Amino acid sequence: MTGKKMVNTYLYTRYERFWHWLQTALITILLVTGFEVDGLYTLLGYKMAVEVHNFVGLGWLIAFAFFVFWLLTTGEWKQYVPTTKKMFTVIHYYMLGIFRGDPHPVPKRKEAKHNPLQRIAYLSVAMFLLPVQMISGFLYWSYNSWAAWGLDWLSLPVVAAIHILGAFGVLSFLVGHIYMTTTGHTIFAHIRAMITGWEEIPEGVELEDWEKRRRKGRQAADSEAPSA
Amino acid sequence: MKRLAFFISAWACAATMLLGLAGIPTARAQLEVLDENQAPGRTMAQQATKERQIWITADHSRHAILQNEFKSGPEVTKACLSCHELAAGQFHKTIHWTWLDPNVPAGERIGKAGHSINNFCINLNGNEPRCTSCHAGYGWRDSSFNFNDEAAVDCLVCHEQTGTYKKFPTGAGHPVQTPTVFKGNNKTYNPPDWNKVAQSVGRPTRTNCGTCHFYGGGGDGVKHGDIDSSLAKPNKALDVHMGLDGQDFDCVRCHTTTLHNIAGRTYATPAATSRKSLIEDDLASKIMCESCHSSTPHKPGIKANDHTDKVACQSCHIPEFARVNATKMAWDWSKAGQKKDGKPYAAKGPHGKPSYDSKKGEFRWEKDVKPAYFWFNGAINAITARDTIDPSQPVAINWPAGSRDDENARIFPFKVHEGKQPYDKINKTLLIPKLFGPKGSGAYWAEYDWKKALDKGMQAAGLSFSGEYDFVETSYVFPITHMVAPKENVVACIECHSTEGRLASLAGFYMPGRDDFKTINVFGWILVLGTLVAVTFHGLGRVISSSRKEG
Repeated sequence: MTGKKMVNTYLYTRYERFWHWLQTALITILLVTGFEVDGLYTLLGYKMAVEVHNFVGLGWLIAFAFFVFWLLTTGEWKQYVPTTKKMFTVIHYYMLGIFRGDPHPVPKRKEAKHNPLQRIAYLSVAMFLLPVQMISGFLYWSYNSWAAWGLDWLSLPVVAAIHILGAFGVLSFLVGHIYMTTTGHTIFAHIRAMITGWEEIPEGVELEDWEKRRRKGRQAADSEAPSA
Repeated sequence: MKRLAFFISAWACAATMLLGLAGIPTARAQLEVLDENQAPGRTMAQQATKERQIWITADHSRHAILQNEFKSGPEVTKACLSCHELAAGQFHKTIHWTWLDPNVPAGERIGKAGHSINNFCINLNGNEPRCTSCHAGYGWRDSSFNFNDEAAVDCLVCHEQTGTYKKFPTGAGHPVQTPTVFKGNNKTYNPPDWNKVAQSVGRPTRTNCGTCHFYGGGGDGVKHGDIDSSLAKPNKALDVHMGLDGQDFDCVRCHTTTLHNIAGRTYATPAATSRKSLIEDDLASKIMCESCHSSTPHKPGIKANDHTDKVACQSCHIPEFARVNATKMAWDWSKAGQKKDGKPYAAKGPHGKPSYDSKKGEFRWEKDVKPAYFWFNGAINAITARDTIDPSQPVAINWPAGSRDDENARIFPFKVHEGKQPYDKINKTLLIPKLFGPKGSGAYWAEYDWKKALDKGMQAAGLSFSGEYDFVETSYVFPITHMVAPKENVVACIECHSTEGRLASLAGFYMPGRDDFKTINVFGWILVLGTLVAVTFHGLGRVISSSRKEG
C-alpha cells in the first residue's frame, strides 16, 4: 500500500451485506444449538435447542434460495468462478509478503471482489459445505417421513455423522474467515466494508483479463478492442 | 463447462429447497386444533370419555331374593345366578377364574395355577389356601378344586360396593363365619353382612380391583410399583386420569370388559394387537393411551409426535413409579430362616416397610423409582418351573419381547424386581417351595426346612426335584403403565438425550445427544483447533514483523 492513494469504493450492495450478516447470525445460532443437541454442553436446554435449531435451519434453507436467485439474476455468480491464475502469488503473499508489508497482489474491485484464494474457498463453502449441511440437516429433520418418501434406505447415524462433520467444517471456516478479516490495510477495514459497503482500495489498479468474465456474445468485441 | 456445472448445481440446490418446502405441510399434516391451548390428543380423549352418566334399571336392594338369609358366599352366588344365568359360565372362561393364560393351550400350564414362576412367593402350587384369598371364587384349597362349580364364583369381591366384604387371608377365598384375628397382620376379620353386601352390587370400582391388585405379592405395593393402595383415592398429581380432583376414572374405564373378559395383557398376549384409536374402530377397547389420545396427540409440529412410533407414551409420561407408597425392588429368599433368640423375627427398614422376615428373607423397598427401559411389543415372555436355566448368571424369569427392528415394539418403562430364590442344582430348574401350611405339612413357614418345603412344593406342582438345591439370582419385569403424571412433570428430553441418561443402556440405534462419533469428533476438533493455532501464529507473525518495521 506504500505510496498508492486509497480510494473509498462502494463494494458491497445492501442485499449482499444483509445476506452476509443474516447468514452470520443463522450459522452462529445453528452452531451453538447444534453442538448442544450433540451433547457438548447445556445452554438453552435440550428441547429449546432442538426447536431453535430446527426453526433456524429451515429458515436458512429458505433464505438460501433467495441468495441463489440473487446470484443467478444479478450475475454475481461470476465472482465465484474459480481460477488458478495468480493463485500462487496470493498464497505467496499470505505466507511471506504480508509480513513484509507488501501490497495485496489482487486488490478488490467491484467487478472482482474475491481473490483466487477466496474464490476457491467461498465456492467450496457455498457449493459444497453449506449444501451438504442443508441437505443432511433437512434429511435429519425429516427423519420420521423417510419411509413415506421412499428414503428408508438412509441411515440416521450416517446422516448425523455427515451433519456433525460438516458443522466442524463450518466452525473451522468461521475461525479462518474471521481471522482473514483482519488482514486488510487496517485491522477492521474488511469488517467496516461488510457493514457500510465502502472499502478503501488502492487507486488505479486495473482489472486483469481473468478477472473479467464476459458474456459469450461480447467476447469477440472485447478481444478486438481491449478495455482501457 | 464450469458455467454449466455451476448452473446445474445451483438448480439442484434450489430444487431441493422447493421440494423441502413442499414437503413441510405433508410431513406435518396433523389434526386441526380446536382449542389453541390444548393438545389435540387431549381434546380427542375428552370427547371419547365425556359421557360419565352411567344409568341402571335395577335396584338390587329391592330384589326379593336378596332379602333371603345367607350363610356363605356360594349361597349369594346362587341368588345372583338366578337372574344372571350366564354370568358364571362367562366368568369360568376368564383368567380371573382359571389363573391360566387363556390364549395358550391349557397343557402348557402358563399361569399362576400352572408352572409359571415369579420371584415373590414363587408359585401357587401347594400354597392354595393362602394365595387363593385373591381368587374370585370360594374354596380353592388344593388341586381338587372343581373349576366347573358355578356357585363357587365370588361375584361380591368385584361387585359389592359397601367396602366391608373381606375374604380371610388364609380362607381359600372364603370370608370368616365368626370374627377372627389374622396373625399375619393382627387384624380382626368380620363375617360380612351378606344381605347388605349382596344388595350393594354395582360396576367394579378402583377399590374392588384394588382388593387384590394393590396387594399382589402379599402386601401393599409389593409387586407392581405402579399399582398400590395409593390409587384407591389418588389425586391428579399421582394419576391424571384416576385423580379424584380430575377425571376420577375407575380401572374399568380403560380396562373395558366383554363377557367378563377384562381388557389387558395376559403373559405373552399383548393387551392390544393393533394400534387403533376409537376413530378408526369405535368398538376397540380403551386399553391403550392411543385408543383415546391418537398416535399424534401433541400439538402439531411438536417433536414428541415424532417419537410415538418408537417411544411409548408411558416412557415420558410416567417419570417415576411408586410415587406415594414404596414398592419392593428386591427379595432375597436365601437369607430366610435366621432367628433371634431361637425365634423367627421381622425387622422394619426404610419407608416403614419390612426389611427382613425370617419366613421370607431380606427385602429392599424403594420410592420414586425411575423405571428401566426396554423395547416392548406388548408381549412378555417367561420361563416356567420346567425350563432349564443357567445358574452361573442371573436368570431372567420373564422379559419384554421386542427389539429395535420389531415395528410393533416401542421403548417402554419397566419395574425390574430382583430376586434370589431356590433352584435345583441337578435338574437346573427353578423350584417351587411349599410355603404355607400347618406344622407337619412340610411348609417352610411352619418348619423352616427348605429341602422339605421344596420337595412338597414340587410334588404339588407335579414336577421332579433332585433334592439338591441352592439359590440363584433372578429378575422379573412389570410394565409400568399406571401413575400417569400431569404433563408438567413429563420426563425432559435431556433425561434420555444424554450420555448418562435413562436410555444409556439401550443399544442398537443412534440417538442424538447420547451417542457420538469418536473419530469424527477427534478429526473435527483437530480441524478447528488446527485452524485456530494456524491463524494465531499468522497473526503473531504480523504483529512481530510490523513492530520491527516501526522500531
